[in-house]
Amino acid sequence: MSLVHEIDYGTPASQSDTPITLTIDGRSITVPEGTSIMRASMEAGIQIPKLCATDMVDAFGSCRLCLVEVEGRNGTPSSCTTPVAANMVVHTQTGRLKDIRRGVMELYISDHPLDCLTCAANGDCELQDMAGAVGLRDVRYGYDGDNHVRARNDGAINAQWIPKDESNPYFTYDPSKCIVCSRCVRACEEVQGTFALTIEGRGFESRVSPGAHEHFLDSECVSCGACVQACPTATLTEKSVIAIGQPEHSAVTTCAYCGVGCSFKAEMRGEELVRMVPWKDGQANRGHSCVKGRFAYGYATHKDRILNPMIRENISDPWREVSWEEAYSHVATEFRRIQYQYGRESIGGITSSRCTNEETFLVQKLIRAGFGNNNVDTCARVCHSPTGYGLGQAFGTSAGTQNFDSVEQTDVVIVIGANPTDGHPVFGSRLKKRLRQGAKLIVIDPRRIDLVRTPHVEAAYHLPLKPGTNVAVMTALAHVIVTEGLFDEKFIRERCDWSEFQDWAAFVSEEAHGPEATESFTGVPADLLRGAARLFATGGNGAIYYGLGVTEHSQGSTTVMAIANLAMATGNIGRPGVGVNPLRGQNNVQGSCDMGSFPHELPGYRHISDDATRETFEKLWGVSLNNEPGLRIPNMLDAAVEGTFKGIYIQGEDILQSDPDTKHVSAGLAAMECVVVHDLFLNETANYAHVFLPGSTFLEKDGTFTNAERRINRVRKVMSPKNGYADWEVTQKLAQAMGLNWNYAHPSQIMDEIAASTPSFALVSYDHLDKVGSVQWPCNEAHPEGSPIMHVGGFVRGKGKFIRTEYVATDERTGPRFPLLLTTGRILSQYNVGAQTRRTENVAWHAEDRLEIHPHDAEQRGIKDGDWIKLASRSGDTTLRSLITDRVSPGVVYTTFHHPDTQANVITTDFSDWATNCPEYKVTAVQVSPSNGPSEWQDDYNDLSRRSRRIAGKMEAAE
Amino acid sequence: MSHDQSQEKLIRMANQIATFFLSQPEAGRASGVASHINKFWEPRMRRHLFDSLDKGVDGVMPLVMEASAMINRPSAPAEVDRRNDAPKSI
Repeated sequence: MSLVHEIDYGTPASQSDTPITLTIDGRSITVPEGTSIMRASMEAGIQIPKLCATDMVDAFGSCRLCLVEVEGRNGTPSSCTTPVAANMVVHTQTGRLKDIRRGVMELYISDHPLDCLTCAANGDCELQDMAGAVGLRDVRYGYDGDNHVRARNDGAINAQWIPKDESNPYFTYDPSKCIVCSRCVRACEEVQGTFALTIEGRGFESRVSPGAHEHFLDSECVSCGACVQACPTATLTEKSVIAIGQPEHSAVTTCAYCGVGCSFKAEMRGEELVRMVPWKDGQANRGHSCVKGRFAYGYATHKDRILNPMIRENISDPWREVSWEEAYSHVATEFRRIQYQYGRESIGGITSSRCTNEETFLVQKLIRAGFGNNNVDTCARVCHSPTGYGLGQAFGTSAGTQNFDSVEQTDVVIVIGANPTDGHPVFGSRLKKRLRQGAKLIVIDPRRIDLVRTPHVEAAYHLPLKPGTNVAVMTALAHVIVTEGLFDEKFIRERCDWSEFQDWAAFVSEEAHGPEATESFTGVPADLLRGAARLFATGGNGAIYYGLGVTEHSQGSTTVMAIANLAMATGNIGRPGVGVNPLRGQNNVQGSCDMGSFPHELPGYRHISDDATRETFEKLWGVSLNNEPGLRIPNMLDAAVEGTFKGIYIQGEDILQSDPDTKHVSAGLAAMECVVVHDLFLNETANYAHVFLPGSTFLEKDGTFTNAERRINRVRKVMSPKNGYADWEVTQKLAQAMGLNWNYAHPSQIMDEIAASTPSFALVSYDHLDKVGSVQWPCNEAHPEGSPIMHVGGFVRGKGKFIRTEYVATDERTGPRFPLLLTTGRILSQYNVGAQTRRTENVAWHAEDRLEIHPHDAEQRGIKDGDWIKLASRSGDTTLRSLITDRVSPGVVYTTFHHPDTQANVITTDFSDWATNCPEYKVTAVQVSPSNGPSEWQDDYNDLSRRSRRIAGKMEAAE
Repeated sequence: MSHDQSQEKLIRMANQIATFFLSQPEAGRASGVASHINKFWEPRMRRHLFDSLDKGVDGVMPLVMEASAMINRPSAPAEVDRRNDAPKSI
């Protein structure tokens, strides 16, 4: 094992197709036009000394180390800023260049601390490397005089010296080590797109400054770490590297947070994780990351992790630690008893969108083959199930149509019901980069999300619709495009069913669907909407990106269809730069859906009633499969309350916190006789569990995750599971205890079974993934290289299907008792229910959920910023603190749901999408009033949580 | 959730589905509702739906009634299905 080394070519690759041949140090090399001499040299195997250049950012030409001589040209141009030219003859090492470089290094080192031995960058310092490369032997200027290095010069205070900024929980800024190469500033601008850093002062006073001379934590910095990664010295250093030292080996793995699925090098020392560094070859993230993926992995070693299996008879009892064998046998006996007593259909399970494909596959296999029913569901039920249904109807397959690289060729972007800079930050950065290059943006969101106006990015249109009116707005966009003749007739005639298009076109053209007619209830001014429609239809490559603000509505599936209609009508499907792009929430929610986690379909989205598909699995598994769809999560809970559903195996999912209408969820769980929770922590659902099986983290197992672009990425084990077993091993043991003869020795064997049974995965194997890095399904005989873009040349279903999308107002309406609309979302630093991120230093940014309320609504209610308020709906009430902001419109309030004590889902109702039962999280009628403190429910709940975390013989665990 | 509440919820869900298909071309409306329910509703949900329809409860959209002829009626739950058909070996 050794470190995975990546070559730094110094400047980004050129996209040109024109080859240029030149000679560097006597070697002939051919590179694309626009390539820098520096990059061309590196490709020829010649490393030109450099400090300010790195291939993640554009050339800057400030360090004056990378100078070269070019025959026939005067002077010594910097190789990073000089593009290659045909027949150019370059010399990278001459007497003149050597002298200049040594002189430059001498100046750098004359103002740099010489504490190399105790410096955190020792072993990973480009300044040190360059001193060696240029043969620096002496610093003639000495180290006295003006400097940034010492706090005091001969006893007098040194005004140039600035103390270390340790405000960020994950990295330090030590100005004394800064060489002002501006790599951090440029990474913040070009890679992350936040513009939090600048160089203040000039000449010798030039310094890196977060914001306007602020501490990192107080500045706009989003802690993505791109600056730390870019820094060539110890100026910006991970605190973990300072604490541990330099890593000695690494493995490429995949982030376990959001659906972007960033590739990282997990850099290790022994079994200790030193740091996570984004992998430049990672095709989702291209070397970038966010604060969660790079830094927020501390939960993996958090003291709250439960490492031994536990059982209790009643949920009022303390937990009792037991052996794994006792736990398996207890679950098997209980599940069989329940099935005997209440019927085969009385138990079920939930697969985890945080676990690997292989683990998810096994859980659904356990349920279908072992439980003998189809009562399996996954958290996609509460997020993107409408995407599956809607896109399946329109296109014939449910997945997003593009890869993330596609955004680089997009001209007009619609972002609807998504907040990429918070929810999918690395995609957000890639989108912002494209917008800075001139692409146009249309934001459709009740809230003024950051993308609407952020440094160097401004949306051409923001349509601030009322929550719940997505269908009306999307249909009105189509109305404008059709009635103004802006649709792509050629595309539609070729690729879609023309008569269905005509039917749909007549439908959307009705006056009732026009922006003037819908303005009164959508709140979107008609002229704005018309402008946005014209821009999208005529602005070039148009792409639609959307999130849970689309799906989590009574009409979630209808909105997805409306999105598909819009993409087809404008001819924006089937090539780079366009498409319909659902931004998936969890790391492997795409994969968990692919793996047959839904109660009505087997792996590869094949309906359970299809005899041929069932036969494939029946032969493979040696069982007969039930041909009826099973229960979805909300149906399981309904059946539990009703008394016909009594046992559940929940892997890596906290339904009590994440699912709507908490009181209904808790009533359902409380009505069950055997609730088995398989998780890292005693999560909220575990309050109602009878058996707890300790889970393992993504660092502790092998497997694959599939991200939002259908990319199957490897997850690699870098440390032993603290609990002893990877999750797939636990499921296997449980299956064995239930009488199933499973003998997988490694997750690769599970993937082989998936490939053998699922046509879209036919050519996927660990060997193949090791060879190519990652692959986007379908990957089979027809698409051996995988499928970056789908529906090229034609739709999966044959002809694209236009579907009428009639707006139906949700039953959840405001009235005198509940006059405001609550909508929910997430924030950059926290992830989902927060079980992981709350157990990291990320709480520095978001320690509690706040209720965003417009100043007008706040004033009417006598609420000041930061006041405790009571938030009530017909489902329940809770309390949290207010945040007064005009990001939300009057009449709309907003909160996140990252903290269990907020209990935001006590408020949400049991209304759901008509097609999929995806809950309507995004619209709840509420009232807000001043409050003195926690509600009775919160008090009772905290008490229950405390009691249900007691473990016999142990001190009470602290949250 | 009481039995009544759960029946009420299923009627609401069936009506939601019917509301969508009501906006679709007429030929496919009833079959659309029926095929959706057949594809996605577990037998006990369909059974409860039929219990309500057979009782003639109020508030059911006519399209649901029309579709019900095409909805697969699950067999009666007379006997608890106790089969424990986990395979002993594969």
